Amino acid sequence: MDYQSTTPTDERVLREMLPYFSEKFGNPHSNHSLGWEAKDAIDFARGQISSVINAHPNEIIFTSGATESNNLALKGIAGFYKDKQNHLITVKTEHKCVLETCRDLKKEGFEITYLSVDRDGLISLEELREALRSTTLLVSIMSVNNEIGVVQPIKEIGTICKESNVLFHTDAAAAFGKIPLDVKAMNINLMSISSHKIYGPKGVGALFIQNNPKINLRPLISGGGQEKRIRSGTLPTPLIVGFGKAAELSEQEISMEHNRLLGLSKEFLKWISDIPEVYLNGHKTLRWSGNINLSFAHIEGEAMMLAMKDIIVSSGSACTSESLKSSHVLEALGIDQELAHTSIRFGLGRFTTSKDIERAILNVKKAVKKLRPMSPTWEEKVVETGAMQT
Amino acid sequence: MTRYSPQIIDHYENPRNVGSFEEGEKDIYTGLVGATSCGDIIKLQLKINSKGIIEAAKFKAFGCGAAIAASSLITEWVKGKTIEEALKIKNTDVTGHLSLPPIKMHCSVLIEEVVKKAIDKFKIKCHP
Repeated sequence: MDYQSTTPTDERVLREMLPYFSEKFGNPHSNHSLGWEAKDAIDFARGQISSVINAHPNEIIFTSGATESNNLALKGIAGFYKDKQNHLITVKTEHKCVLETCRDLKKEGFEITYLSVDRDGLISLEELREALRSTTLLVSIMSVNNEIGVVQPIKEIGTICKESNVLFHTDAAAAFGKIPLDVKAMNINLMSISSHKIYGPKGVGALFIQNNPKINLRPLISGGGQEKRIRSGTLPTPLIVGFGKAAELSEQEISMEHNRLLGLSKEFLKWISDIPEVYLNGHKTLRWSGNINLSFAHIEGEAMMLAMKDIIVSSGSACTSESLKSSHVLEALGIDQELAHTSIRFGLGRFTTSKDIERAILNVKKAVKKLRPMSPTWEEKVVETGAMQT
Repeated sequence: MTRYSPQIIDHYENPRNVGSFEEGEKDIYTGLVGATSCGDIIKLQLKINSKGIIEAAKFKAFGCGAAIAASSLITEWVKGKTIEEALKIKNTDVTGHLSLPPIKMHCSVLIEEVVKKAIDKFKIKCHP
């Protein structure tokens, strides 16, 4: 249950991809029949992807994934327009690849404003308005948070940016194909998209760049300029074909899948609510229902992961990270470090069934039963309140 | 999550001497180290007789698999030892025995510290 990290490639996707590894192996940039065949397949995928967000196919640029797309969007825009404007606005709960990119840009002389979020993980539109300056070039705010699933008010943000004549980029790695997105209605100028989060292959992603009015970006990679002179490198045809198919399937199944996951997540939360001192991180309703981030007070996250043997999840605890720091997202929400260390993210997705939910509930209950009696902080709690041991 | 050695998994799966001594039980000396903000708290209780021999040990831990395993291991190691012997246990002994990954080194440091804290309580009471 770690679908927010990645997803398995859907069999229907894999089937489409396979011929492009072998008989249809042409270089899409070659000017002969094999090349044309590959180029046509890529153009078809561009259509499948752009259709999901109401964009034009030639507004899609392929990259190696959402990390590259985010780097390209921010550094590309900043690099091209730096002589005119030098201020960027983003949010404290963004993915590391956006935050680290902003840190790099700061070293180059850019000014960055990091918007705060409330206890539910939402930004304040008022704060965004106040943060805008005449020198503001770009606002970058993610659509769905990867750790806690909170959905930001993208349409409202787009409107504010449009009114202020500021570019709006959104990291939609956790949102594309999962919640309805419309770049026109939402005034989105740039959007980062990932394939492996929507049952497509790893190693490919895209950046939507609005055509009209034209937006210029300085390339990150020098080379043949295969993607509209903005991104160089031979396009990986099989990955792109898979990405396109995955996008098409997500679009077809978006509302059905949304309702199904909402049902599963409600069922899961209903059973979990029996356990005392378990807290849902992030807004209760303005969230992607496939993401359930819970803090199990008095149980460290990694120990919890180890105890839940039949399910795979991830944790915001420091003990699970390479850096030994707890989640910057939970910290931005103002959640106590103690509770941040106890957080577990359950990810539901296309292949999660109600049987999986039942198994997860059993695993959770068993783990809590094993670990809380071992916890010195739970012991204190029991002594203080005279509560029954759970 | 960290990839753990079989020794750690064994102690994590079947932790030895989990719990607290009954309130009012005599000759119990408690050490407490760590902070919830760091993600690790270890409580170690030692039952030490008047000759300075550790008769029993119990632990409780809020922390990762390594912290729990290291706590469990130390309760086995100190049992039957004199306080002088117990104080000779180094954090590197714990890391070596459990094959603790480098990133979990601090758990073994906490263990050395908690043993010392519990024994300090004994020393203050019996040899002030």
